[in-house]
Amino acid sequence: MKVISFAKVRDTIKDLVQKANFELQDDVLNVIKEMEKKEESPAGKEVIKQILDNAKIAKKDKLGLCQDTGLAVFFVEIGEDVELQKDDGLKSLRDAITEGTRAGYEEGYLRKSVVEDPIRRKNTGDNTPAYIHWELVPGDVFKVTFIAKGGGAENMSAVRMFAPAAGQQGIEDFVVETADKGGSNPCPPIVVGVGVGGNFEYSALLAKKALLRRPLGSHNSDPFYADMEKRLLERINNLGIGPQGMGGRITALAVHVEAFPCHIASMPAAVNIQCHSHRVLSFEM
Amino acid sequence: MAEHRIETPVSDETVEKLRAGDRIFITGYLYTGRDSAHKKLIELVEEGKELPIDVKGQIIYYVGPTPARPGNPIGSAGPTTSYRMDSFAPTLHSLGLKGTIGKGSRNQEVKDSLRKFKAVYLAAVGGAGALISKSIEEAEVIAYPELGPEAIRRLKVKDFPCIVINDMYGGDLYEEGKKKYRKE
Repeated sequence: MKVISFAKVRDTIKDLVQKANFELQDDVLNVIKEMEKKEESPAGKEVIKQILDNAKIAKKDKLGLCQDTGLAVFFVEIGEDVELQKDDGLKSLRDAITEGTRAGYEEGYLRKSVVEDPIRRKNTGDNTPAYIHWELVPGDVFKVTFIAKGGGAENMSAVRMFAPAAGQQGIEDFVVETADKGGSNPCPPIVVGVGVGGNFEYSALLAKKALLRRPLGSHNSDPFYADMEKRLLERINNLGIGPQGMGGRITALAVHVEAFPCHIASMPAAVNIQCHSHRVLSFEM
Repeated sequence: MAEHRIETPVSDETVEKLRAGDRIFITGYLYTGRDSAHKKLIELVEEGKELPIDVKGQIIYYVGPTPARPGNPIGSAGPTTSYRMDSFAPTLHSLGLKGTIGKGSRNQEVKDSLRKFKAVYLAAVGGAGALISKSIEEAEVIAYPELGPEAIRRLKVKDFPCIVINDMYGGDLYEEGKKKYRKE
């Protein structure tokens, strides 16, 4: 039986949150470099150049790629057959992830961007709590995926409950409209995560999960949704918003769509917007 | 698309020269401030009290940097989204603030206020905070240290790169850029 040490989880997460915030991964860099070739606007080209220069400096100097080093969001897949080892005084897996986040954000000079109450707004001072989504899965899997989610892009996200009659066209128009409304705010070129189906809360979770798909720009295994992704990317890139909203061909780096069964009366859709600084990293034990 | 090197404090004459789309390199001092600091500043104005900074001729940079590593003046320091400060900007313009730096579009009230008080709205590249930090030479917290990343800092900058989004004549780079490249 696979044994998962809480201390090891904590220590791995401490390093993971730093690495994700200092280094754009190759799949993201590759898409940005591809898009650089397609950009026609001089301002857009200059922005992409700065984005690539920034990535080099952040990696070399261990500086946050962006000053908004994000909420620490985790998706944890735990196999039903793994054994959890409560070592080093850590009483729960949640504690292990929280401690790893706290230590990583402190050690890495990352920004503490969490307030303890949405209305009274006092900073918690250590970038916790971590935002953890648990998924119990068969077997002895233990996989953690981290995304540093900045506020600027998250604020441009949306959920809408459609009537089924709105159909595919209704959903696609909603995605494009959300990207258009976001305009220059979410730091384009953006990554667009779309969740279709499920219910109110599940659609939002699907949209966030869609952002985690690697490599960036790969397509849904269902050809129907793969086609939708291609069409949506083209439509969003025809909006003209361009890098940083200064006008250009490249408004989005990728569109990922995830779908799930839903109620006969419903067709929920959620769009989770992510900035070009797409900081996603996983580990397995 | 012209290029200008400007120094702070900024005069009306300098603002008059700037057009949407121009590239700007700023040398001198910038003051940082975002949501919480702005709320505090505006409360002081409403109470008729003195502000911790004199904004006359100055530029406010909407940024909440990461902590500085030892030996560095500041951490990653790119712009935050500006619309959250829209409700505060006109009041500060009326007190003589000549510029704001952020990213993302401003509302009509802010654009009108730029025209009325002769000011500009500039953008730096969002998500390029590590690169931008290289043009910041010194940083000092001068008000509200309890706000952490949201404290007001005075930054000494050299050739700080930005681009004019909204000028005092109604020019708007976001609108013009989008129009040029949009395909219906």
